[in-house]
Amino acid sequence: MIKVSNLDFSYQNEKVVENINFSIKEGKSLAIIGPSGCGKSTLIYLLAGLLKPDEGVIKINGNIINNIRKKTGVILQNYGLFPWKTVFDNVALGLKVRDYDKNKIDDMVKNALEKMGISELHNKFPAELSGGQNQRVAIARSLVLNPDLLLMDEPFSALDALTREEMQNLILKIHKENNLSYLIVTHNIDEAVFLGQEIAVMKEGKFIHMIDNPYFGDIKLREKEEFFELCKELRVMMSEDDLL
Amino acid sequence: MIKRSRLNTLYGAIFIIAIWWLMHLFYSSSVIPSPYIVIINFFNKLLPVLIPHIAMSLYRIITAVLLAVIVGISIGLLTGVNEKVDQFFSPVIYLLYPIPKIAFLPLFMLLFGLGNSSKIILIMVIVIFQIIVTTRDSVKNINPEYFYSARSVGVKGWKIYRHVIFPAILPQILTALRITVGTSIAVLFYAENFATQYGIGYYIMNSWIMVNYVDMFTGILAISILGLLIFQVIDLLEEKYCHWVKVGNQEEREIR
Repeated sequence: MIKVSNLDFSYQNEKVVENINFSIKEGKSLAIIGPSGCGKSTLIYLLAGLLKPDEGVIKINGNIINNIRKKTGVILQNYGLFPWKTVFDNVALGLKVRDYDKNKIDDMVKNALEKMGISELHNKFPAELSGGQNQRVAIARSLVLNPDLLLMDEPFSALDALTREEMQNLILKIHKENNLSYLIVTHNIDEAVFLGQEIAVMKEGKFIHMIDNPYFGDIKLREKEEFFELCKELRVMMSEDDLL
Repeated sequence: MIKRSRLNTLYGAIFIIAIWWLMHLFYSSSVIPSPYIVIINFFNKLLPVLIPHIAMSLYRIITAVLLAVIVGISIGLLTGVNEKVDQFFSPVIYLLYPIPKIAFLPLFMLLFGLGNSSKIILIMVIVIFQIIVTTRDSVKNINPEYFYSARSVGVKGWKIYRHVIFPAILPQILTALRITVGTSIAVLFYAENFATQYGIGYYIMNSWIMVNYVDMFTGILAISILGLLIFQVIDLLEEKYCHWVKVGNQEEREIR
């Protein structure tokens, strides 16, 4: 589905992403973990087509990405919601600019809000919602466009621990129901192990480790021994590379 | 919300009228007539005398402010979005901004005639700088994440203006308008002292020359109400289009 080769990107003469290569098959997931400023957010922006690479190629389903792709959903760090739009209008925006019929927009948005369990919030502004509720709106805004790939940039970093787990479960559920491929950037070890079928460790713009996660997909994984083992393994690995 | 602001307006009016009445008692001269007499006079003269003056003043101020908003926002957007245009225009704006434009009224009257044009242009020139500077700064201050977010769901071209830029800068523009409208009414009053027989400014000064202080105060009352009405229109626009700002502020206060 995604094939990234020799990807380079510099920001003001500083290399932020350096020689990154990886691929993700359809319906799979990748978690990218690394400290702040390691270039992981930039990588998401590049994959989303919001930034253009200096070198290298990103291919999604065989097509080279150098602009926004219609079937890619993006969830940015601070939810990316517009404070001047209500929940309904935030979710409807992508459909409106695609010139969908008004009744169809109504149905699709209502459906998406219902799926996320936030129907009653449709008239509220983002400032009136909790972090978890805003995150649900952001997910609804992406899913309403029916993506086959979801890119998430530290989506849950501002949430409390319980809400964060609830959101992780939600992503896993959506992934299973829709065979949705996704890529999640995080600085949280638990999150990477729970949500990454593969886990990439990133340091100074490079992928320094790629780990396969055989336990991925179990909603009860957090309660199991293997989960802690893998977390520990990842932690030791990162500590040896001076990332912790 | 609106109910409470109406109560506040009423409270403010009663307070001011009380002070006025005390000053009337204290001075006990015809220079400060009693509020009661002025208010009665206001209603008696409203239809036959005041309305034409108010209408003329309103026409001048609304035309000037609309022109300033349209031209000012356009220049502000150009300079805010495009760094090169900004480098070209900003030094000029910076130098012109603090100049007291009101001093140019004689020149404007020579250039644009003694009629409405010179008065409208004077008010417009005064309001426009505030709008340009506010628009430019607000555009530059929009969080870049909003642009990424909009593009990520497929918003592009002029739709970025409609969905991101305009709504993001509207609250600051309304605030700038509120500040400049006060100034522009003062300028209107000044401009209407010259070469006109209509306008609330003319009415006040004419009553003063005729030593009719009741009429003079009636005119002052009328121009005050005019200002208040314009303020309330801005408030209504804010309530309708910028409700989200209020909601955000309220949440913040509650958290504290």
